This record gives sequence, C-alpha cells and structure tokens, in this order.
Amino acid sequence: MSSHEKYKIRLSGSGGQGVIKAAVMLAEAALVDGRNATQSQVYGPESRGGATRAEVNISDGPILFPKVENPGILLCMSPESFEKFGADIAPGGTLILDGDVGEGTKGVKNYRIPITDTCRDLDPKGSDLSANVVALGVLNGLFDFVSRDAIVESLYRNFKKKVAELNWKFYDAGYEMGKNAKPFEL
Amino acid sequence: MANVRLVQGNEACALGALKAGAYNFFGYPITPSTEIAEHMAEMMPKCGARFVQMEDEIASIGAVIGAAATGRKAFTATSGPGFSLMQEAIGFAAIDEVPCVVVDVQRMGPCTGLPTLSAQGDIQQARFGSHGDHAIIALAPSSVMETYYMTIQCFNLAEKYRTPVILLLDEEIGHLRERFDVDPDEEVEIINRKQPTCAPEDYLPYENTEDDVPAMAYWGKGYRYHMTGLTHNQKGYYSSVLPEVDAFNRRLTRKIEGHIDEFWESEDFFVDDCDYLFIAYGSVARTAQEAMEELRAEGIKVGLLRPKTIWPINEAKIKKACEGKKAVIVPELNLGQYAREIERVIGKPVEKVTRVDSELVLVEECVDKVKEVLK
Repeated sequence: MSSHEKYKIRLSGSGGQGVIKAAVMLAEAALVDGRNATQSQVYGPESRGGATRAEVNISDGPILFPKVENPGILLCMSPESFEKFGADIAPGGTLILDGDVGEGTKGVKNYRIPITDTCRDLDPKGSDLSANVVALGVLNGLFDFVSRDAIVESLYRNFKKKVAELNWKFYDAGYEMGKNAKPFEL
Repeated sequence: MANVRLVQGNEACALGALKAGAYNFFGYPITPSTEIAEHMAEMMPKCGARFVQMEDEIASIGAVIGAAATGRKAFTATSGPGFSLMQEAIGFAAIDEVPCVVVDVQRMGPCTGLPTLSAQGDIQQARFGSHGDHAIIALAPSSVMETYYMTIQCFNLAEKYRTPVILLLDEEIGHLRERFDVDPDEEVEIINRKQPTCAPEDYLPYENTEDDVPAMAYWGKGYRYHMTGLTHNQKGYYSSVLPEVDAFNRRLTRKIEGHIDEFWESEDFFVDDCDYLFIAYGSVARTAQEAMEELRAEGIKVGLLRPKTIWPINEAKIKKACEGKKAVIVPELNLGQYAREIERVIGKPVEKVTRVDSELVLVEECVDKVKEVLK
C-alpha cells in the first residue's frame, strides 16, 4: 500500500552516484500510482564528483514551487553532500546516511544504512553502480511512498529490460533494509 | 492516464516542436538546452525530418533562416552565450520577416556564468538584443505541459506574423520533470504562412498589406525575390527612399505590437480582487502563486498576473491590472529586468524580489515581501 501524504524529498551524493536517476524513478513511480510529482536537480559543471542534489515532491494535489527547500526526507550518499545539505533538513525530518557518511543531525530521525556496501556485496563484480537502486529501495522501505507495481513499471521505463531485471535484487535488498531500519537520535 | 509520464521541460519542447511541424533543427548544444538537441537528434530522422549539429550558434541561426525561407519550419535551441551570438542574425530574420523559432533556456550569466544553474537574465536581451527597431514575440512557460503547447504556439505565431519568435525557458523549467499528459495524436491548431495568390511577376514579398503581414512565397516555387539585410522596398531591393524606409520600419513594429490583442496571453489569479498584485513569469510564477495562496489563506488579498507572452508587453492590460493596487510585486531571477518594464508602463515604482545566486525565489521570500509592504 502506498501512502497519501505529501513528501518533500532530497537525494544527495557525489556526481555519478546516480541520485538524479533514483529521484527520476521515484517521481515516475508516483505518477504511475496516480499521484502528482515533480523532480528537479542541481549539479555543477563536472560530470563526476561535486555535490549533486536531486529533489522530488510527491503530492495528491498540484505542486507549485517545484523544488525542495527544507526536505522532510534527506538522503546523503557522500560526506560532501552531508556537509553541504545536512543542515537543510526540516525539524523532525528523516535523515538517511549511507554507511559511514556524516555523524547525523539533532532533532531528526537518523538512519545509518550501508547502501553502497550492500550494492558492492550483491554485485558479482563488486561494483557500486546500482547503489542508487538500493537507495530507492531503502527510501520506499522506510516510507512506502509508492506501490511495488509502480516501482516495477518505473524501473522498466527507466532501464532496458535486461538491466531492469538485474536491478531487482538491489531494490529488494534496499527495501528490506529500509523496512527493518532503526532510527537513532543525537 | 494512458499517456501520463514523467517528462522534462526540454523534452516537452522537443515534442512540441515536432507536433508543430518542425522539419529542421540546426543547433550547437549548450547547457542547459542540450536535451532539446538530443531529443531532436533522436526523433527527427524517424519522422523524415532533418537534424544538423552546426559548428557554432551563428551558423545555426543562419541555417535556420535559410531553411525557413524555403518554407520549412525550422528552429534552434541555445542558452545565454549562444543567444548572444545569434542576435545579429535574429535581426536578419526580423528585417527579412522570416518565420523561425529560437529557444533560449536561460542560465546564469553574464558570459559563461554558471552553465548548469538557473536565471532569467535574458529578458531584456530577448527584446532588445538585436540592433535597430523591430518588435519581437517572446513566450515564457511555467510548466512542462505548458512548454509543449507554447512551443507549438511559437511556431504558429512565427508563421502568422512572419517573425522570429523566442521561447524563453529558464533552467528550472527546462530541467524540471513533472507530469506530462498529452495525447500525441491530439488535434492542435497549426498555422502556416500566408502564400501569394498573384502571378509570380506581380509578387511583392514585402508588400504593405492591410494586416501588415505580407504573403511569403517559398524559395524555389517560382516566386523569385531578393532577400537582403539591407533596408528594402516592397520588392525586396535596397532602398533609402525616405517614405519607403519610414513605412517599412514602422510596419516591422506595427505588424506585431499593433496586433497584440490577437495573440497576447496571461494567466490571471484574483487580479481584480486583490490589494497586492504579483507579476511573475516562468518558474518564478509558481513560487508567486504558492505565496499568493498562503497569503490569501491568511486573509490578505493577493493576486497574480502571469504573462505567458513576455514580449511585446501589453501596456493596456498591465496598466489596468495595476490600477488601485496597494503594491505591485515583481519577483524574478535577475535584478529587475521585467520590473523595470512594469515600472515604465505604470509610471511608478514596483516592489522587487530578486535572486541572482542561481536558486529559485522562495515562497517565503514572496510572502515576507508582501508582509513588509503591508506594514
């Protein structure tokens, strides 16, 4: 079951980690579920490195301001992205830290989840290429923004069939971690 | 639901151009407009249309004008630095009355500026970037869906008024992905330029017609005529005869500004029922609308006028909308380029909310400005 809350989500990381793609897949899945979504991003001129942020608004009504100023949900997949965006999180929000990234933030629910390490463990070649799909699973495991059917459809829309199929185990692993994750407070 | 998908503003522009009948794209990819070229490169060959990546922006707009003169619908897409390079040739399209579309996805300037980041810094350039007196039409969309329909409209207006038309996207909308629900087979109005009905030897390519827009023969169809960047007479030949020059120059502006009521569009929210009026366009209009809703929920009477047609400015409409308001507030991603025009039209200062740090104006900045003025 997907929920009908309004979400302001920011996914951040280093250029090349695929946070924009993860945001696109999430927003697309929300549309498949019949909800409304916007997806935007801010990145530098570099194609690798730098701090990239991708944002998603999910709502049942119209979305006017298309960006996310103070995210209720913030994912940080690199130390630099936590330094840059950690303070933007809305009070009472949810912060998700990948592995040993950052120390967490006061006044929010902190989760530390080994997103990239899980990807490396699952990938036969030890690659972190699908870490963004693990992250997508983690996010949906925590919040159930969108239905599983919508995620399936979104994965097939955004990847070639073969790649989408390869990505399932990464998504599922992320989803399980999200479901079972326990928050900590500072 | 069947057609609903997540689409980026730049892709919507590319889809709109194809729907409008664009046959030629000539361009030099530049961030943040590159996705338009990418989509055209992918889609155009599949429908028998032609995509050419040119050596630079000057060549791009030159090729667009040449293709358009043969009767094709042609366009290019660029951003600030490329738009600057195109200005001289946009003047050529204006003086020779060649219908074409230039998409400018605005990024932070001046010069190379911040290539991946947003601004609305080309507002004045779109109007006055090319030298000499001539009017121009420029449209600014606020959503992905609107980008699609507005791109079609740009081609229609170019054909109807024989003029270059500028689609002024900003990076926020060009790169925004949101709900896109368009039936690709939907019937839309497509306008094609007026054709001469006279014999080729009687054809006047720059005739002073009653509606100010002369018929335009396609090159290669037997209607031979001369095309020059020099000021010309009705036949297209160089002229410095005073009355001819005067009549020609006045017609170039009149054919657009004199017909503004035929095509000028805005989206109005509580314009007649407000004390404080936002005037905002492009991405920032979304901020202003959200601020308006917040303020109205608090009982403060706020309205929004969102010009979809940025140029020419509809002086009568703006004057009437601003009449009797306690304040007019113009938020934009520059230091007041459109605010300056509103001030000129209404003859008094407006309140500005400006950002030139590449971030979108925030809702609370608009809300705070109204509350500050209230005091």
